[in-house]
Amino acid sequence: MIEPQPIAVTVNGARVRRFVEPRVSLADFLRRDLGLTGTHLGCEVGACGACIVNLDGRPVHACLMLAVQADGMRVDTVEGLSDSGELAALQAAFHARNALQCGFCTPGILVVAQDFLRACRAAGRMPSRASIRDALSGNYCRCTGYEAIVDAIESVARSQAEAALGEDAA
Amino acid sequence: MKARAFDYRRVASVAEALDAYAACEGEARFLAGGQSLLPALNLRLDAPDLLIDIGRIEALRGITLEGDQLRIGALTRHAETLASELIAAHAPLLTQAAAYMAHPAIRNLGTMGGSLALSDPASELPACMRALGAELEITGRDGTRRVAADDFFLDLFENVIEPGAMLTAVRVPLPAPGTRMRFEEIARRRGDYALVGLAAQLVVTGATVESARLAFCSVGPTPMRAPKAEAALVGRPLDAAAIADATAALADDLAPDEDEGFSAAARMQLARVLLGRVLSALMTREHGEMAA
Repeated sequence: MIEPQPIAVTVNGARVRRFVEPRVSLADFLRRDLGLTGTHLGCEVGACGACIVNLDGRPVHACLMLAVQADGMRVDTVEGLSDSGELAALQAAFHARNALQCGFCTPGILVVAQDFLRACRAAGRMPSRASIRDALSGNYCRCTGYEAIVDAIESVARSQAEAALGEDAA
Repeated sequence: MKARAFDYRRVASVAEALDAYAACEGEARFLAGGQSLLPALNLRLDAPDLLIDIGRIEALRGITLEGDQLRIGALTRHAETLASELIAAHAPLLTQAAAYMAHPAIRNLGTMGGSLALSDPASELPACMRALGAELEITGRDGTRRVAADDFFLDLFENVIEPGAMLTAVRVPLPAPGTRMRFEEIARRRGDYALVGLAAQLVVTGATVESARLAFCSVGPTPMRAPKAEAALVGRPLDAAAIADATAALADDLAPDEDEGFSAAARMQLARVLLGRVLSALMTREHGEMAA
């Protein structure tokens, strides 16, 4: 007999304890059990990237992880990253550049872009448009043609890179 | 789609994992990074009764120098392979290949052992293991054995791991002075499966190619060595004439299948182009030349 198993996960900073069936993906757990519907489910095979969340601070596909696997780990969804203000610069840039239409892919793209910008910041680099596209290679957008998305990410990358230069000069 | 129902058990050691597999009355699968297994479950291409989660077994982690080998634990994530200084220093072929492997979020969970145990001929790591002349460590209830990468892959998604045993590590020989390595692939889009990929390792002493190991992905049921092309390179300088002879010889090594929307002739042509490109890059020392 297959029975639900207990898990304890820290989701967006809050400790959550639930019983879940082993077959339930992390994405379905977030959406159905916790009502966090900002994590979108597109393909369920890791191709479209709409379900990407941070697991212990690194982007993963929530459709390619079981909720039971996440036991003891920290999960941050687009809701949490938005509420904390971590995504504020990206959100403003996406708004300013019209970097979304239907918005289905946007949560996954924001999570991936934030991680990419964090890595750029740590390395002190200003990414090329090609490397931004490379970072987004696992995210499908069927509305925008990506151009505005790359524009938005590039503008935040430039702001943070120039701010870092300013700090060095000061 | 959603996966069929299955039971789940997380284990803390290899022995516990092997016992759980042996005790399972139905079909069991070892779950590592899950980046190929979970899509298969979600598509219902596979429907096991039990998943044994080996993802937190500490003994399967770690990248260490052991004698004349670099030992890479099976649970090494692709992102770790990409970032590892030890791998970059001793097996830069893997660092280069990791940059082509899927997308960043997949690389955060997908593992070295999982990719090799799956034995998808379109993946990068199986070809790299053959090019590097690596050994694969397989652990079963009766102990651990090592198998040369050239003997490991049997057919499409088939290898020598017995049911109930698992791949626990790979061992890459430390490169001889003069070793040059390069991985490249041609794909429709970054991170997509390769139309053709090539892992190459040459040892060049003075001006002469001492040995050559060429392993292709996506051109056959397993990662494919190219013995005729390799032979065309050995014992002579790596120059335009040698490269022309090797690419000509490739027709005797590979016979890719016709594919939906992609002809065998086109794939063969891409393999020749890729071989010429990789060997030309290897003519200059700055590409993967190991310090003497």
